[in-house]
Amino acid sequence: MFKYLMAKNEDIPPGASAVFFGFSAIIWFVIGTGLGSFNAAKLAFPDFVTGDMYFAFGHMRQVHVMAVIFGWISMAFAMAMMYITPALGNNKLWSEKLGIWNCMLWNIGLLVALTTLWAGITSGREYSDFPWPVDLYLATCVFIPLGVNVWMTILNRRTQGIYTTNWFFAAATFMVIIVFLVGNSPEFFHLTGLTEAYLTWWFAHNVLGLWITPVAAAIAYYTIPKITGNPLYSHRIGHLHFWSVVVFYSTPAAHHLMSAPLPEWLKSFASVEGVLILVPAIAFVSNIMLTMKGKWHMFVENVEVRFTITGCLMAIPLNMQGGFQQTRAINWYIHGTGWIVAHAHLALLGFSTFLEAAAVYLGLQTLMNRKLYSLKLANLHFWLLLIGFTTYWVSMTIAGLIQGAGKIYEVPYIDVVIAEHPYMIARWLGGTLVFFGNTLWLYNMWMTARKGTVIPQGRMPHELQYER
Amino acid sequence: MAGFREYKIGSRIFGLALGGSMTITLFFPSINIASTASTDVALAKQLAVGHETGFNLDDPLLLGKNKPIVVNLKTDPKSGQALPAEQTVFVYPVGAPFPAGIIHPRILGTGVEELSVQQGHIEDARKDAGAVFAINKAVYNGKQVSYIDDLTTTKGWTPEDVMRVAKDEDVSHAGAGKTMFVREGCWWCHTLLPEETQDWQVFGAPPMQGDFNGESPTAFGSDRKAPDLLHVGSRNSSREWMMMHFFNPRLVQPHSIMPRFDYLWGEKDASGNKIDYAKWRAEYTDYREGKRVTPPEVPSYASNSEIRSLIDFMLSLK
Repeated sequence: MFKYLMAKNEDIPPGASAVFFGFSAIIWFVIGTGLGSFNAAKLAFPDFVTGDMYFAFGHMRQVHVMAVIFGWISMAFAMAMMYITPALGNNKLWSEKLGIWNCMLWNIGLLVALTTLWAGITSGREYSDFPWPVDLYLATCVFIPLGVNVWMTILNRRTQGIYTTNWFFAAATFMVIIVFLVGNSPEFFHLTGLTEAYLTWWFAHNVLGLWITPVAAAIAYYTIPKITGNPLYSHRIGHLHFWSVVVFYSTPAAHHLMSAPLPEWLKSFASVEGVLILVPAIAFVSNIMLTMKGKWHMFVENVEVRFTITGCLMAIPLNMQGGFQQTRAINWYIHGTGWIVAHAHLALLGFSTFLEAAAVYLGLQTLMNRKLYSLKLANLHFWLLLIGFTTYWVSMTIAGLIQGAGKIYEVPYIDVVIAEHPYMIARWLGGTLVFFGNTLWLYNMWMTARKGTVIPQGRMPHELQYER
Repeated sequence: MAGFREYKIGSRIFGLALGGSMTITLFFPSINIASTASTDVALAKQLAVGHETGFNLDDPLLLGKNKPIVVNLKTDPKSGQALPAEQTVFVYPVGAPFPAGIIHPRILGTGVEELSVQQGHIEDARKDAGAVFAINKAVYNGKQVSYIDDLTTTKGWTPEDVMRVAKDEDVSHAGAGKTMFVREGCWWCHTLLPEETQDWQVFGAPPMQGDFNGESPTAFGSDRKAPDLLHVGSRNSSREWMMMHFFNPRLVQPHSIMPRFDYLWGEKDASGNKIDYAKWRAEYTDYREGKRVTPPEVPSYASNSEIRSLIDFMLSLK
């Protein structure tokens, strides 16, 4: 890949930057989930690797979170965009060279960012933890170049109209830049007090709502019709999804601070808007499920469809939780407990990761013209991810309900810690399964690149038989 | 280039929708929040903690540099006479950046701003000369209002004067301690936000809207794996307990899952002897395995160690 950094744009094979992004994403996923498993072990066994600043839980916790958000999830998005956007525009990526540079600067930036965070150099603000020079770097070298490449590819399309997936890609790359710059303004301009607290959660909410959720959904709008051969069930429902994301998902930031002394009108407004998140969620899930009509056998037979549909099914409990847990009546019980941790993993490791994994499986096979090396390993990856995640989610939800009860009935805190202990061990086991699954995936994709059967010109990977 | 020609209406509605959403969620709340006057808590907190306790150019590695010092003053630093009552002053040594409320008095809120500027002369405070602040009360529009008094201007007390008469036990490094709190990630498990709906009995009163003016980062925390700490200093004010708990939480609470923060003691203990961590851990393991009756003694921390600042900050959370 590095040889293309200085090559002429037209000499770079189409898809090179998507492949670069795809493998980077998988590697960051292995690193990120490995860190997650390590952190979980520390919560289960507090004296596991102890007394060293760099291996203290407080230093490592957010390195895991940022590695999976900015490494795995966002890079998988970039991979999907560089592969899908030109495919839907019937053209080439606007600049492969920009894509390659984008990916290299992204990897370097993230490595530096995570190292500083690990050393404890933090802004002290959840999800916008990186110090402001790193934020500026990420805006200028990561998100803006990505956006420019996506927009220019869409503007130079050779089709009439823009397909649903590309509306989402174009809007989300624009919105993430705005969210990133506005959300980090407390650091750029030293804003303080409640403004700082509120903007922290404005950022955290919107980076999920206007970046991770819509892009993940947009990927499913491509993969399911492409692999099943069915047209998208409804363009109109796609419209409903898109507009309700922009309107309803960009407004409930304050529901993350329901128990903080923010203006009451803001909390009530956010809470109502929060319930309306069900509109885009139902639109999206029903649209994808109805597109599957007559092709449900592929849910069993095809790895990418199985990943995508599993992710979409997980969007149902995800949004039922998300819509209602932020109302005052329920937030009272579960705020600040493991329930929320479980919910966050349902969003990022359940819903979104399963959709992206499908896009990376499909994209890497298509762009490298290689059939997947091993179906057995892919199946194992799927089940390790699903069982690992489910173990994690169930154990953390129970732990959260225990914490909630402890909070309401004013149980001495240490008794809650004791009661949670078995669930902390279960969470660690679940996270570790996910990590092992991902190492298998990295091996499988590496072997696909080296040994996968060559896909003949004009064929899609799913049209060939699996060989192993 | 195909452009967005079929999407003229769509792209305009998109701009309108996103702009409208940002007006409601950013502009309107900012009017509300900006009109909130600082409470006494907010004044004391920002003066004690200083400009910024996350990443900043005055303390880029988060070592607790360039932070204010809180002094419980018993003698007048000018005359050397005993003060009629103990007074808390906030000492900003030369070069320590002032908190947001001093730099932009507007964020202090109505009344507090006017009194701090007119009676407290906070606009005369200068970073390159250092300053000493205190919180005083005066009447504004018929109401008692607390304000910031720049004692360097109003009384001529310089940071050197105050530090000369201050004894080590009267001094708190809560500002540097909050930096440790942020750097060590205490807030990943301990919230600083008792909830409005419960928590009154166990963790104390939830904060008010004006309790945060000038504070950055607020570090509320979101994931409560451990007790809330906003009022921890009122629940437990024992330095000895804190010391043992930070060195190894299992010494005082066998079921705790908190990490050990023994590394914040640094190289040397209070008497200047090198701390032998390996020996301590080996002895502790013996104790856990029943080979020793008592756990090894926790070394006393040096007065300039990071753990001292962190404990100072904990005890300042009243």
